[in-house]
Amino acid sequence: MGFRRFLFVMAIVGLCRTAWTQSPTYGVGRPPSAEEIRTWDISISPTGKELPPGHGTAKEGAVLYVRKGCSGCHGATGSSGGHAPTLIRSKDTKPASSAPCLSPCVNDSNAMAIHSPFATTLWDYINRGMPIGKEGSLTPNEVYALTAFLLFKNDVIPEDEVMDSQSLPKVKMPNRDGFALPAAWKHGEPRLEGYPNR
Amino acid sequence: MHSRKTDRRGFLKGGAALAGLAAGSGRIASGQTQGAPAKKIDELIAYGERSRFVTSIRVPVAERHSPDEFGLTFHVLTPLQDSVGIITPSSLFYTATHRGAFVPDIDPREHRLMIHGMVDRPLIFTMDELKRLPYVSRVHFIECLGNRAKPTHKTVQETHGLTSCAEWTGVPLSLLLKEAGVQKEASWIVAEGAEEVKGASSIPLAKAMDDCLVCYGMNGEPIRPQQGFPLRLMVPGFEGIYQIKYLRRIKVVDRYYMTYDDYGHINPDPKVAALTHQIGPKSVITYPSGGQQLAGPGFYEITGLAWSGAGTIRSVEVSTDGGQSWKDTELRSPAFPMAHTRFGFHWKWDGKPCVLLSRCTDDLGTIQPTRADVAKYWNVPLDDKLRIRGADNTVQPWKVTSDGSVQNGLS
Repeated sequence: MGFRRFLFVMAIVGLCRTAWTQSPTYGVGRPPSAEEIRTWDISISPTGKELPPGHGTAKEGAVLYVRKGCSGCHGATGSSGGHAPTLIRSKDTKPASSAPCLSPCVNDSNAMAIHSPFATTLWDYINRGMPIGKEGSLTPNEVYALTAFLLFKNDVIPEDEVMDSQSLPKVKMPNRDGFALPAAWKHGEPRLEGYPNR
Repeated sequence: MHSRKTDRRGFLKGGAALAGLAAGSGRIASGQTQGAPAKKIDELIAYGERSRFVTSIRVPVAERHSPDEFGLTFHVLTPLQDSVGIITPSSLFYTATHRGAFVPDIDPREHRLMIHGMVDRPLIFTMDELKRLPYVSRVHFIECLGNRAKPTHKTVQETHGLTSCAEWTGVPLSLLLKEAGVQKEASWIVAEGAEEVKGASSIPLAKAMDDCLVCYGMNGEPIRPQQGFPLRLMVPGFEGIYQIKYLRRIKVVDRYYMTYDDYGHINPDPKVAALTHQIGPKSVITYPSGGQQLAGPGFYEITGLAWSGAGTIRSVEVSTDGGQSWKDTELRSPAFPMAHTRFGFHWKWDGKPCVLLSRCTDDLGTIQPTRADVAKYWNVPLDDKLRIRGADNTVQPWKVTSDGSVQNGLS
């Protein structure tokens, strides 16, 4: 690419960026308060920057696992009691399926967030989606403790390791290097060049 | 004047039929049978129903019943074999949830959409405020990544019923994001629903700024609760899990967030990962299809649907000899981008066993693959065990036997 062409492309890119950040056109809607954003925002980044204060250990989590009813669906040991997916990662090397399972997911090696490359996925999901019927009812300490319990049961951390907003994002998950991000999406480009070749 | 006359005649005719129904009277015309009306006349006038002779219904996927023993809905298949045209009636549109879910009962007056994160001006909208903004209506399909044929599946409802197509009405997401002022370091959004699990997906910002819609309308009315009332994110051409129902929050971020819904799609192989968000070109013959019965040799119109996540359908070909030769079909509907497109093909069945196939080409020139093509690409054996990686958009064969019965050609 010649330098002038490069400049031209950069100018276009610059224009697009400017357009995205221009002043509002319609002025409809209102700004949320900082408190509204804080209470609504339950998305936890792999960096853990949104994790709230709090802490928990696997020992505390083991008690909560029974008290909060987790064992009722996932079984006493986490290896599933019937209705819900297993919480224990299978030891086999079979790669996780590329699609969410259509069957009830019981004992499917793809079913559990322990396969995520980041421990934050586990925290995020327990916080937003568990226990069934009482979603969103767990306190940050309880979510840290249950996350620690599942990480311990899967041989990822020792039983006494404290999980908090600093330690959780640093946990090295078993599948940390075993995934590929989706390719950058561009309008009008095939999802995978040359697929299928004939 | 003329149109008014026609309307009046139509009204009188309709009135007579209703009067007949109300009186529970006997035969009026050939084929009309007696039957007590299921609903009172004023109810039928206020909200119309289909004929009691039309019985096409959705069915749950065989692997997991809906509703289950807890009352949770999982995946429910649309009856493609009975479909005509390209619009799926809202009441027959497929439904899917990630883990099984109750349909939330959301009061639209209480519902809010928040846009925040890496934006200059975080915003909260009420439904009334969203409806004040410029909107568009577009026809788009939604297909679940799990919409894949298996040899054990008998009907096209079972093999392909996790795709449906509707007219969607809403505000372009790009308009809302520009209003909030996306910061230049941003590269993804995380969209989230208001249902009990608050399902969330990471979506590339480039797609969000391209053609996504924040929809409150579906097929000319508010989106139905099973489809995300009062607000659903439409991400045209992407698999179903991105089309966030009960949309309550969009967070603009600088990375893939690896949400629970995201991590289910991760794969060690970047090629497979590339095949799991945008739907590839796909088509299927809906008539004649598995479980149907041909009356005997003679003329039949082969018909079906084609769609692609990359754009419009350019052409559809049909083979009546198991793939040895292919012939162009006619498109029988408008070809909208990322929408079901209806094709038709004149066929004279000679009464001999045969295999019917369809394959489409989208406006990128990408051709729908056969299972053999896919096996060749991955350099794996072509046999019953071949599992298509990523979204399965392979050609579906239907076997016609000499007695006119139609079966899944993969079995």
